Amino acid sequence: MTARLLIYIAVMAGVTYLVRMIPMMVFRRKIRSQFVQSFLYYVPYAVLGAMTIPAVFYATGNIVSAAVGLAAAFVLAFFGQSLIVVALTASGAAFIAELILGWIK
Amino acid sequence: MSQARRREFFSGIKDGIPIALGYLSVSFGFGITAVSNGLTIFAAVLISMTNLTSAGQVAGLTVIASNGGMIEMAVAQFVINLRYSLMSLSLSQKLDKGFTPLSRLAASFGITDEIFAVASGRSSDVSKHYMAGLISLPWVGWALGTFLGAAAGQILPEKLKAALGIAIYGMFVAIFVPAARKAIGVLIVVIIAVTASCCLKYIPLFSGISEGFAIIICTVLAAVIGAIFFPVKQEEGGTEE
Repeated sequence: MTARLLIYIAVMAGVTYLVRMIPMMVFRRKIRSQFVQSFLYYVPYAVLGAMTIPAVFYATGNIVSAAVGLAAAFVLAFFGQSLIVVALTASGAAFIAELILGWIK
Repeated sequence: MSQARRREFFSGIKDGIPIALGYLSVSFGFGITAVSNGLTIFAAVLISMTNLTSAGQVAGLTVIASNGGMIEMAVAQFVINLRYSLMSLSLSQKLDKGFTPLSRLAASFGITDEIFAVASGRSSDVSKHYMAGLISLPWVGWALGTFLGAAAGQILPEKLKAALGIAIYGMFVAIFVPAARKAIGVLIVVIIAVTASCCLKYIPLFSGISEGFAIIICTVLAAVIGAIFFPVKQEEGGTEE
């Protein structure tokens, strides 16, 4: 492991910890601003959306199998399946697509 | 430990079991993604043991893989994990009198979406022994799942590994799709974030923007627009992940 990687990890861990720790140590009252509350409420969804698309299309090394996996995930998630079911079905669908693509070639 | 303290601790342990099982599977995906980005098993597990957060860790991998700057890493972690501030703030109101500054320092490390949701769902104030129990198993599950995923990533056949590389994105989809179905604000926010992310990736004008900063820009843009046009009511700040 290089020194640069260790510094990356230290920065990640340090910032993440401070973000969690400082409010618990310093503040003893709730945030009242509706704008701030709403912003923080939307952050996880914005992050996950931005990180998933388009990155997911390069996650399997083949855009077609990735698209098949993503489509499967969307359908199951839409019908409210649990995290693990959605994730494994997406992987399964992508795997089957990889196999079929292998045969076609 | 006295009888009451032990009961509190094990009550926390019990509440942490379902969270730990969920983390075991999510972090499995993270482990695979980490080694496919060139990290060692040890580095992947070290990240999970010190960070305990999914979105932030995947964004961190993106920055590491693209050899991004340290400022970029710090700002990305700050923006993506900023929601924990709200949760810490909210939970700080619910800690019982037994909480010393030292136990606050320790408990704040374990604030995640799920742990926050369970702790704040308790009818009474939470004790430090309860929090210690609640955080323990999910932390172990998160580290163990990362180890198993990273190890599997090194021995599994190429096609299977490729297919499992999509697992973590499947989990992300499983979080934002149901939420977007229920709330128009979330739907709009996700659409804006995805559109912005595609623009930054494919429009040559933006090719100078690193991937970590791209995530930050998309997140802030989409969440600000959501907060302006679809403000949420008070007390809805904590979200499921």
